[in-house]
Amino acid sequence: MPACSSSGIFGWSDDEGQRLLTGELALLRIIAFKFLQAVPVILIISVLAFLLLSLLPGDPAIIIAGEQASPEAVEHVRQQLGLDRPFLQQLAIWLLNLAQGNFGSSLILNQSVLSAVGERLPVTLSLAALSISITIPVGVFLGSLAAYYRQSWIDAGVMTFALLGVSIPAFWIAILGITLFSVRLGWVPSSGFTPISQGLGPWLSSVILPALILSLFQIGFLARMTRSAMLDVMGQDFIRTARAKGLSEWRTVSKHALRNALILIITATGILLSAAIGGSVVIEQVFALPGIGRMVVQAILARDYPLVQGTMLIFGFTFVLINLFVDVLYTLADPRVRHD
Amino acid sequence: MAVAPLLAIRDLTVQFRVDAGWVTAIEGVSIDIGEGECVGVVGESGSGKSVTALSILRLHDRAATRIPSGSITFRGQDLLRSSDSALRRIRGSEIAMIFQDPMSSLNPVLTISEQIAETLQQHQNMSGMAARHRAVELLDLVRIPDARRRADDYPHRLSGGMRQRVMVAMAIACRPRLLIADEPTTALDVTIQAQILELLRELRKELGMSVMLISHDLGVIAEFAQSVVVMYAGRVVERAPVATLFRRPVHPYTIGLMAAVPKLDGDATRLTAIPGRIPGLQEDIQGCRFAPRCGFVLDSCLQTQPPIQLAGEFHSVRCPPQVLSLGNING
Amino acid sequence: MTDVGLESIVPGVGLAPPQGGRAVRRLFRHRSFVIGFAIIAVLSLAAIFASLLTSLDPSAMKVRLRFRAPTPDFVFGTDMFGRDIFTRVLYGARVSLFVGLAVSVISGFCGAVIGVLAAQFRKLDAPIMRLMDALMSFPAILLALGIAAALGPRVSSVIVALTVAYVPAGVRIVRAAALVVREMDYVQAAKLSGASALRIIVRHILPNCFSPLLVHLTFIFAYAILAEAALSFLGVGVQPPLASWGNIIAEGRDYATEAWWVMLFPGIAISLAALGMNLLGDALRDVLDPRLKGGD
Repeated sequence: MPACSSSGIFGWSDDEGQRLLTGELALLRIIAFKFLQAVPVILIISVLAFLLLSLLPGDPAIIIAGEQASPEAVEHVRQQLGLDRPFLQQLAIWLLNLAQGNFGSSLILNQSVLSAVGERLPVTLSLAALSISITIPVGVFLGSLAAYYRQSWIDAGVMTFALLGVSIPAFWIAILGITLFSVRLGWVPSSGFTPISQGLGPWLSSVILPALILSLFQIGFLARMTRSAMLDVMGQDFIRTARAKGLSEWRTVSKHALRNALILIITATGILLSAAIGGSVVIEQVFALPGIGRMVVQAILARDYPLVQGTMLIFGFTFVLINLFVDVLYTLADPRVRHD
Repeated sequence: MAVAPLLAIRDLTVQFRVDAGWVTAIEGVSIDIGEGECVGVVGESGSGKSVTALSILRLHDRAATRIPSGSITFRGQDLLRSSDSALRRIRGSEIAMIFQDPMSSLNPVLTISEQIAETLQQHQNMSGMAARHRAVELLDLVRIPDARRRADDYPHRLSGGMRQRVMVAMAIACRPRLLIADEPTTALDVTIQAQILELLRELRKELGMSVMLISHDLGVIAEFAQSVVVMYAGRVVERAPVATLFRRPVHPYTIGLMAAVPKLDGDATRLTAIPGRIPGLQEDIQGCRFAPRCGFVLDSCLQTQPPIQLAGEFHSVRCPPQVLSLGNING
Repeated sequence: MTDVGLESIVPGVGLAPPQGGRAVRRLFRHRSFVIGFAIIAVLSLAAIFASLLTSLDPSAMKVRLRFRAPTPDFVFGTDMFGRDIFTRVLYGARVSLFVGLAVSVISGFCGAVIGVLAAQFRKLDAPIMRLMDALMSFPAILLALGIAAALGPRVSSVIVALTVAYVPAGVRIVRAAALVVREMDYVQAAKLSGASALRIIVRHILPNCFSPLLVHLTFIFAYAILAEAALSFLGVGVQPPLASWGNIIAEGRDYATEAWWVMLFPGIAISLAALGMNLLGDALRDVLDPRLKGGD
């Protein structure tokens, strides 16, 4: 055995080291492959975003300039946006710009889409991060609880909560929440965002209510999925084996059951992340938080289409990234997927 | 002077909950297993063999099962009345169990050495490193080739036979006094079956443990068991040392069972089947449960539960004496 | 996405749905179904017979009657223009239920067609699914928002927008179901006996994808109701004076503390409608695929 093989350095036997390398290489190969698969999707998203304008009925230049605009103003807009060029040329320019990182510029905000999004990113990120960090532990816990005590009142309670979560409109509860906690009780400000730089407390109080409301609805969904997954897993034979080995109930559930349910839970979390983005749109509007969601809504209403296009594109890319991330998590969580 | 058996199941009755109420899965089952003894439990699917086995370690679904009567005594302790923590101490360390389908019985997301090490860490408080070391030794013991490398494999990388060996390794890790093997070879190919049985036999000798082997395969039972318990429709119908059972079966059901096995050197014209079918769990039968299919049935059989008779040394059978003599006449 | 046990996502696929009368009887024995059905029935009847239940005009503004709290005359109170909330909620039910129905039926139909095409014809599968993946990568609400805003704020825009947003989900379900069905023996048998692709699709594959699609559509109905409310709330859906549960809430928002009734009742209505459909969907799923019973 050559003494300078890498495995020799680490003290493993030669073939152990070999296996580790192929194992890890295989993993990297799978991840790289998934990245490649995402490229066509990104391409399509880019084209779709571009088509957004052209799909509008009527002349986009007029729509943007406004019905009352003078012909010169319309022409000006047309030239500014390059709408007078042939279609394919527009598409090519669009894609080229994207490749260079130019996502377009807002007509109204007078800044590039990227910087507009960048400014508002901390807000949306705070909201999303806070709500996810509440949703995941609570949702998984409640779902596991419901599965373990199935058919009991705990189960019924969690399921009812989940049902209400998908039936009650979020924006309505948000308004009720503001009315109760801000206006009536004065516990938190009713609108506006305070960045962390101004202190953890003020930041928290400005985002806690919206984040909680966002979580409330997502917890129901996650709990339901977790319950489903856990019930499935708990009925499997290896759980019986774990008990037959004398493992405690806690160990059986947390180590054996949960690890297997993780696959479905990860799927659910992926869906949740995307839903959180969608949900934040309405929530930001209700709470007047200057986030990306609110910006898009206002851009749509103000017909600031380049901004809408660019932001939709960014959303699309984000989603693809999330999907990729979730996919990679799968390969880590389920060894069966790795070797094929 | 009788030595107390290692495990004594006495008069066990287990009921399951169904929509309409409760059904009796097994009734009045009594089985003794001595130290170092190998007892085979044979019967068709649905005869209650697995239910009995699972009851020993109380592995049934708590919410849907009840045990109205009976006792299971292991080294002086009634397992049915033990606390959960006491039971957990026995599971895996003094009494171990292996199941029929090794693929579904192993956790797919943990390596096989992790799963073996778990038992050691739980019962013998071994550290991670020591447990893994011992796990590799055990894998060697059960003849897994290249144990050190394969220890880090996941179950899906192993063949069926190897997975069952892993189950065995897990089970014997803490040197249990009793190993319950519920149809350990049923899901395996015939050649692998022989290997697993051979493995079990050797381990039994080396570790001096008792084995309760459950199977519907008479061949397996004949190979392996020292004494046999025959079950039908939730009741024990005959009990005898293996040689006696196969040479001189007494209960009509056992006779039918033996006759139904096609013999290589026998008359190969027709297969003998036992007419009729096993009664469903819901059916409430007063008398002998085999009576509707029995070739020697008497009127009394249909009304009252047949008593347990002795038909020889260590040989008992649940059948009225008149039927026994009839049966003996017919061979 | 990895195929995580397709049978669990497509309830009832390939199982013969319980025949006619038996199915209905089993449904009615299900508690969720009865409650859900009752809710939807009441709401639908109220919507259809709105003009009989109230003699008031939903757009009639009577300034002198503004901000009346709920009384026997004005069961849900009046808003800032003196319009009767009860009447507006009733007429709003028409919008919501109609949108829900239209969106689920149309998106279901389109989803079925596209989904089956994707499942049957290998060459079409990859491009179709990439397109669907791309569509699904935009948050549905934003997609709907964009389309609705572009088309102008009216009911038809909302329907188009939501249909486009939900078609990919329908495609996914039907494709998954069709893939499972395609492997079944009776389809292979039909292929072997020389049946044309069209015949196989229509006679064998589609009918067996029906169950999971139906369950899916009830949930889409619920989503559509919630989404329409959100869109109207944001101002890109139904515009006042036409009543929609969403825009009633939007109008009443600023008076949340003083005239709480303006906001409360439409919100309850939305919740009830969505709840009813969700209960229906749950019950349908249980009846059509008892295999999943343990799971939910």
